[in-house]
Amino acid sequence: MFSTGAPFEWIVALRFLREGRLQTVFIIAGVAIGVAVIVFMSALMAGLQSNFIRRVLSASAHIELLPPKEVARPLRQGAMAVPGELEGAIVQAPLQRLKSIDQWQAVAAQIEAMPQVLVVAPVAAGSALVVRGSATRAITLTGIAPELYFQIVDLQDKLVRGSTRLLGSDILIGTELASELGVGVGDKLHITAGAGDSAASTLLTICGVFDLGNKGANLRSTYVALRTAQSLLGLPGGVSSIAVTVRDVYAAETVARQIAAATGVQSDSWITTNAQFFTAVSAQTTANTAIRFFVGLSVAFGIASVLAVVVVQKSREIGILRAMGISRAQILRLFLLQGGLLALAGSLLGSGIGAMGLVLWQRLAKNADGTPLFALVMDPQLFGAALLLATLTGLVAAFAPARSAARLDPVVAIRG
Amino acid sequence: MRGLRKAYNVGLPFETEVLHGLDLTVLRGEFCAVVGPSGSGKSTLLNIVGLLDRPTSGTLEVCGEATTRLDDQALTRLRGHSIGFVFQYHHLITAFTALENVMMPMLGAAGFANPAMRVRAAALIASVGLTAWQDNLAGNLSGGQQQRVAIARSLAMGPALLLADEPTGNLDTKSADEVFALLRQFNSEQGTTVLFVTHNAELAGRCDKTIEVIDGRLTG
Repeated sequence: MFSTGAPFEWIVALRFLREGRLQTVFIIAGVAIGVAVIVFMSALMAGLQSNFIRRVLSASAHIELLPPKEVARPLRQGAMAVPGELEGAIVQAPLQRLKSIDQWQAVAAQIEAMPQVLVVAPVAAGSALVVRGSATRAITLTGIAPELYFQIVDLQDKLVRGSTRLLGSDILIGTELASELGVGVGDKLHITAGAGDSAASTLLTICGVFDLGNKGANLRSTYVALRTAQSLLGLPGGVSSIAVTVRDVYAAETVARQIAAATGVQSDSWITTNAQFFTAVSAQTTANTAIRFFVGLSVAFGIASVLAVVVVQKSREIGILRAMGISRAQILRLFLLQGGLLALAGSLLGSGIGAMGLVLWQRLAKNADGTPLFALVMDPQLFGAALLLATLTGLVAAFAPARSAARLDPVVAIRG
Repeated sequence: MRGLRKAYNVGLPFETEVLHGLDLTVLRGEFCAVVGPSGSGKSTLLNIVGLLDRPTSGTLEVCGEATTRLDDQALTRLRGHSIGFVFQYHHLITAFTALENVMMPMLGAAGFANPAMRVRAAALIASVGLTAWQDNLAGNLSGGQQQRVAIARSLAMGPALLLADEPTGNLDTKSADEVFALLRQFNSEQGTTVLFVTHNAELAGRCDKTIEVIDGRLTG
């Protein structure tokens, strides 16, 4: 029985769909499979990408500001050149000495004021030697302001032993270096940096041992307080780079260009420094979008073809309805609604199947140690968007059949 | 109606004129039989009077309203409110019950379901004597029953004009008599004008007036 207040189009659309049971079930299944594929694939891709990006970015900043490279220029230039004569100067590439970013405090303050920027951390990094007994190892000494830098690279998370509380005479080293030198937390290391006259050395205490997940990095990376690095590397008060994180990692390149334009300091985003990786990620995104588009298209054609058949099957009913005084607009809405309802029902079911698939996948696909391969994000936005898009697709797909239904000549329809 | 003509395929070499200038006035409350051999244009005439089809030329007034210049939307509204149809093949919508079929024109006109529709539809179903079957799906009723439901439905909007295109055409004599009696009853009780197409000379004789269509012209 018709419930009070129910609109004409709803009542008739639902009843027609219920009457054409098998057709309705088939097309809903078709839509559901399409939507399930889209939901499952999108979540998988999003999880995979965010996992990749997290791995790439967890050990580095989104944008790195570097001092300008030293450039060699021939001395005789411009006015000094003899007119009519070309000079073929042989220019040797200059040595890149460790330099500080000019006015880095002003630059850092300027960047920090940009709305897209999250964290700005000064870094003084250079090469050094660690000496213990007769063993010597080359290391990269990274001087950091812990409270800022740990917001960019979460060393706390990677710490195996000790603590990340970096004081003036403390050093954090990797597991590999610790085992090569046979040291642990509390042991002292002799660090030498620079050469010749500028050579400096000091004794530092290991306060923590970390694991970056990479053997080379665990051997070479060490972290000390900014001031310690500055004095060891001969950069008093200076920094060799500024690490920056931004809100939207994909906009890093744009922000890097803005920084370069505003400050005149060379700035490289993770996108340029990991160009190949980024190309792979964006190719994947493009492929994903293309697949989604074509699955959506085939769902739309499925709905349109089923409705076209329904219009033919129901042409007699349409004629009767028109004879009863039902308007063309009502007939149009009646069939649009059927398309929308089919798509909505299909996408609800499809979202459910997709979500189930994701849960199952998360249970089955595991690392060797039993932890999930990576965390899948069940983004409610994804499901919302899938429902909305599918329903819109249904409405659009229903448009052509609905219009042909509305244009049906009642005389022909009834006679037929 | 004045000088009503209907031609198909106008302007093409095989243009065929079905109705050749009919002049006809049907008074309010009249019960007219429309008779004539098959293919004479009876159904075309009924479709035009019922505003389902437009005349090629000529004018048509329904309930005092000139229809020639109305657009499709206005025609649909006029048709919905003033004209009821009963077809030969009882054309009910099989996805709905008898009662729901009777409610359908009211639902379409109002746009939304309300309890008053149900009450009126139940009363109409009762007046054609089918209360016991009102919740059966239309497809499960017998031919005579379906035709009675169709009559109840055609009266749902309280039309001034009822067009019946051979409603008794494929019913047995008893059912045909019942259907005819119902039409007559509503004609006398509610003053509904009825145009009743039939091949049955006996039934035609029981009408107030007989219009005979032969080869697209009126005789008699």
